[in-house]
Amino acid sequence: MKRLIPLAAGAALLCAGTAFAQGTLEAVQKKGFVQCGVSTGLAGFSQPDSKGVWKGLDVDVCRAIAAAVFGDATKVRYTPLTAQQRFTALQSGEVDLLARNTTWTVTRDTSLGLNFVGVNFYDGQGFMVPKKLNVKSAKQLKGATVCVQPGTTTELNLSDYFRANGMTFKPVVIEKLEEVTNAYFSGRCDVFTTDVSGLVSVRGSRAPNPNDHVILPEVISKEPLGPAVRHGDDKWFDIVKWSMYAMIEAEEMGLSSKTIDQAGSSKDPAVQRFIGASGDIGKMLGVDNKWAANIVRQIGNYGESFEANLKPLGFERGLNQLWTKGGILYSPPLR
Amino acid sequence: MRRGLVLQVALVAALAAIVGFLAWNTAHNLESRRIASGFAFLWREAGFEIGERTLFAYSAADSYFRALAVGLANTFRVAAIGILLATVLGTLLGLARLAPNWLLAKLASAYVEVMRNVPLLVQLFFWYAIISEVLPGPREALNPLPGVFLSNRGIAFPLPGSSPELSGFNFTGGASLSPEFAALLVGLVTYTAAFIAEIVRAGILSVPRGQFEAAESLGLGRRDAMRQVILPQALRMIVPPLTSQYLNLTKNSSLAVAIGYPDLVSIANTTINQTGQAIEGIAIIMAVYLTISLSISAFMNWYNRGVALKGLRR
Repeated sequence: MKRLIPLAAGAALLCAGTAFAQGTLEAVQKKGFVQCGVSTGLAGFSQPDSKGVWKGLDVDVCRAIAAAVFGDATKVRYTPLTAQQRFTALQSGEVDLLARNTTWTVTRDTSLGLNFVGVNFYDGQGFMVPKKLNVKSAKQLKGATVCVQPGTTTELNLSDYFRANGMTFKPVVIEKLEEVTNAYFSGRCDVFTTDVSGLVSVRGSRAPNPNDHVILPEVISKEPLGPAVRHGDDKWFDIVKWSMYAMIEAEEMGLSSKTIDQAGSSKDPAVQRFIGASGDIGKMLGVDNKWAANIVRQIGNYGESFEANLKPLGFERGLNQLWTKGGILYSPPLR
Repeated sequence: MRRGLVLQVALVAALAAIVGFLAWNTAHNLESRRIASGFAFLWREAGFEIGERTLFAYSAADSYFRALAVGLANTFRVAAIGILLATVLGTLLGLARLAPNWLLAKLASAYVEVMRNVPLLVQLFFWYAIISEVLPGPREALNPLPGVFLSNRGIAFPLPGSSPELSGFNFTGGASLSPEFAALLVGLVTYTAAFIAEIVRAGILSVPRGQFEAAESLGLGRRDAMRQVILPQALRMIVPPLTSQYLNLTKNSSLAVAIGYPDLVSIANTTINQTGQAIEGIAIIMAVYLTISLSISAFMNWYNRGVALKGLRR
């Protein structure tokens, strides 16, 4: 019963003591795998494939951390979490990090006790409606019934947007993605709202006929999605943060899973530092000095991950293109 | 006697020490992870809308406290109507199982066996799927009676002075029941009624055979014998287990979360998620259900004293 996670988390907070005395890195090394909190199944971000292997842009963050810590991207175990369960699961130590299309906000960064490490997908909230309703703009949604998942920024932005535009709506709030999308596709709601990435993913993977549904042009919010860790463990925070940035930096340097093995012959000192042939970035982080090379060899750079997971669903790079190519993806320098 | 007292004092002291340690440890853990604590969040703006509102007006600009009150009112609404309907349906089914009519008795037992043995959550999904998948959209709503519209948005029916009309996406005017409420109510009532039927049947069968015969020899018909002689005596056996069924129905209403009816648990879950204050949120849920359950128990005990045999109190 996943619904009991908040309760279990409460119990864990009641009883936890010694488990947190050591750092997350030491605990992870001791148990031999990274416990990663992911979604209950959002195609392109985190979803098990037909063989039960988790795939997606967020899953690749989990794998990158395993590659950095163990030199082996397969040493990850996944905990599927609904929007409501995710924070308590992280707070209580059920998972070592959350890589679950989660929006970075100030409330979550402070009073929820989380640290977002950065942004691995720039997103915004949108609306999807059946084509046959003939709606052209979100401004025409007055009085509509809207399907939404509880405990999300989406739920709050939705209220804000309708309030700001002086419109009323009727929410139908269902926790599991599968149930809430069923409610939308069966016609219980006129509108389904979530991040545009989620809409594209749901339309591509769950709609009986994807062409029957349109995503309205309005994007009503900023939704920077990124991985998060608990407060109070800066070392682990650094490892997660730089593992994610290493993939972006690799794309910028032109290193990919195909070229990483030839990178040793590069004259570029930045590449030499990246693959751990010179300098000691890995040691400073507390992991193997070849950590970044391991990540790129086993998972690839950010662009490769995007191509493999999101391109097939019809995603464009858009904002999630490198800053040098017109997007806003930008890694702080690895030096 | 003395030793017993010492042991009891020691036990209470040990329990208090454990509770104290847990409280201290929790506060310490929350503090070290800098997670907010306390109940001040209740007065902050909730910022989310609620689909169904009974008793209270509510908008996203209201506080979490008010949002929780709306959730509680929704829980009360479904529990109160559910208890009423389940009692009526359960009593009829219990009587039907004892009816001399063979077909009626068999149908009633088939109902009881099916309903008791399928998990409630599955039944809720079933009713919800029926309503949202089978019924047409609002623009093609069924119109069985003048002014009454049946669609996957629920039932819209007229009130004096205002009748439902399709405008834009949905019906406005009149009153309506949402599919979530309908599915939850139907699920809870049909499920709990099966248990109540068995309780009623057991209660009636516990009345000695001689009472039936005595009523018959007085010239009372089956109907009158039931009403005047048997049921009043059967109530003594029925009321205590009936109380548990009422409590079950109320607590089971928290399964509403699964089909999107905004009851107390659903609202509290959202609140926990927005504020991150899981311990406070769960504490509120537990306190509220405890209060509701104890109130129902107190009421039913009071009622039971009325029907119990006088002079048998210990």
